Amino acid sequence: MTSTTSVQDKSWLWVFLAWLVALTATLGALFLGEVMGVLPCVLCWYQRIAMFPLVIILAVGLMPFEERCVRYALPLAVVGWIVALYHSLLYWGVIPKDLVPCGEGASCTDVKAVLFGFVPVPLLSIAAFSLVVVILSIVKKGSRNE
Amino acid sequence: MNKRILVVSAGLLALVVFALGVFFYTQQQAQQAAQLAQANRTALVRPHSPAFGNPGAKVTIVEFIDPACETCSAFFPLVKSLVGGSSGQVNLVMRYAPLHKGSDEVVKILEAARMQDLYWPVLQALLKSQSVWVVHHEARPERVWDLIQDTGLDVAKARADMNSPRVAEVVAQDIADGKTLKVTKTPGFFVNGKPLVDFGSDQLKALVAREVRSAYGK
Repeated sequence: MTSTTSVQDKSWLWVFLAWLVALTATLGALFLGEVMGVLPCVLCWYQRIAMFPLVIILAVGLMPFEERCVRYALPLAVVGWIVALYHSLLYWGVIPKDLVPCGEGASCTDVKAVLFGFVPVPLLSIAAFSLVVVILSIVKKGSRNE
Repeated sequence: MNKRILVVSAGLLALVVFALGVFFYTQQQAQQAAQLAQANRTALVRPHSPAFGNPGAKVTIVEFIDPACETCSAFFPLVKSLVGGSSGQVNLVMRYAPLHKGSDEVVKILEAARMQDLYWPVLQALLKSQSVWVVHHEARPERVWDLIQDTGLDVAKARADMNSPRVAEVVAQDIADGKTLKVTKTPGFFVNGKPLVDFGSDQLKALVAREVRSAYGK
């Protein structure tokens, strides 16, 4: 009984951590776009579409704790991670730029998309998605082993 | 229950941090904009800029306008009334910031109209008929001519004048000054060199009133 509770507590803490990451990333993206006026490019929008709902889904899953929320959140996070990876590869020129589907609006490889003068925004995005994917995978694995 | 409190307070904390960030960032931006305008006073008004109202007024509103911008159109009556209702204490200087696609051509038409002393009537007609010649945020200069004929404009002359080097020079200077002053949205207002940072009609009225008070006492 006690062991189940502690496992549950641990899972809760992991999901809470993933939620904090998603919350920080979401507010950060909103600050960048709405306050600092940096226009989101097309790929940024797809990443936002994957990141923003995580805040809601995980928050609902945390109170009261429902481990199933990981099942709903993980696919979103994985899709976002894939887009973020593609975006990062574009940004560093690994994928040639002429394949980019960025017609209108802000460019996805704009060097101005840099925070504090040296952290590129696509890097922040892939870091956040990676963290969420890893954390949620840990929770999923833990629940399977039970 | 403890967990619920933890989640809610973490969420609230994040929102507070966000709000503080907004507050400090906008304040810093406002300060920078004021310093920028202060350092580039010559870029605010050029000898070629069209002016409206008493030339001796101690308060000058500089408006960076894009004739294709809806908000510019909506603000125009207010701006005119601020000048008209000031009994000579406030005047207005117009600068061009053609940010919409195709708008630079329309600005050239305005300059050509100015050569025939028809700047204000043509501007008024343009702003009134905006929905006809601005399609999906793109200006269609060809549609403009029919709409401004009633002002008495000599269209043939204006068509020739708008492509003169003098007009190109004026427009290029205005665009360059707009960039210097970081006017990225229109209308961009400066009142006696002070930028309107917090945008809105009440804020503009307040800024003008403040400048009138400090220039004329009372």
